[in-house]
Amino acid sequence: MWKFLLPFAAFVALAVLFAFGLNPNRDIHALPSPLIGKPAPAFALSDLLDPAHAVSNKSLEGQVYVLNVWATWCVPCREEHPALLAISQQHVVPIIGLNWKDQRERAREWLQQLGNPYQAVAFDGDGRAAIDWGVYGAPETYLVDGHGRVIYKFISPMTQEVWDREFMPRIEAARRGGA
Amino acid sequence: MSRRRAGAVLALVLFLGPAMAATGVDANGQIEDRALQARFETITKELRCLVCQNESIADSNAELAGDLRRQVTEMLLAGKSDDAIFHYMTDRYGEFVRFNPPLEGKTVLIWGAPFFMLLLGAFIVFRIARQRSHMPLDDEPSTDTR
Repeated sequence: MWKFLLPFAAFVALAVLFAFGLNPNRDIHALPSPLIGKPAPAFALSDLLDPAHAVSNKSLEGQVYVLNVWATWCVPCREEHPALLAISQQHVVPIIGLNWKDQRERAREWLQQLGNPYQAVAFDGDGRAAIDWGVYGAPETYLVDGHGRVIYKFISPMTQEVWDREFMPRIEAARRGGA
Repeated sequence: MSRRRAGAVLALVLFLGPAMAATGVDANGQIEDRALQARFETITKELRCLVCQNESIADSNAELAGDLRRQVTEMLLAGKSDDAIFHYMTDRYGEFVRFNPPLEGKTVLIWGAPFFMLLLGAFIVFRIARQRSHMPLDDEPSTDTR
């Protein structure tokens, strides 16, 4: 009995392991964010476009919003930019930009040339706010619910499909949840 | 040394001394307090660079690694414990930033697996050895043929 059951059990265990581990749709470099379900880290940084102004996520309390981490040195950010613009024109939720370790002038030029999908852009020149959010590569996009909790993190360029598939259902659920 | 030069040196010391002491970091980017620098080195070797996932932040040239080293330096100078620094990092980047995850509930499998494999191997070897000890040896003449 054991002679048959043991190899069979080993086979099943390996099959499950491989089905998970070798799944081509799984990005082995993507890391789960420990922030999910936790309060969004607070930041108060200067406004990219108007340094005299501050951009803080405190003023967004009670709202569902999106935080998009980008930089002009980030090539995939340019790739996702048209999608972000299109999404911003759908006026679903405010999109806040976090301009990560960039140069003000360049970032401004970028927005002038390519269009500005952001309600406001916080300028994180030394990357401290990004560390608080656990940012390790741009672009990254976070979804924060009305209770100020991070509910989703997407790493990779945003597309309309990703938005419709991953973000919209969560936004609707967050709003239904009384937030 | 002329009086003027001595004055210049004194001015330099008075001017730069406090500035350096205030940052606590010397011109080579090392923490002046040797004990803190030693802790800095062990901690940064223990933290994974998230951009180039197989390097530590001590070895990596990535921008983010530089930012994280700065963060470690600042926390050490602020008198934070090693545990507090590791906590700070895992709160933000998850358990994955540590090359050496602590032994706890969900990491028991990682730490226990090698010992489990060793025991399993020993058990299998033992079983095979015991089975073979019941078999007749090849070079022993069988009793029934001759």
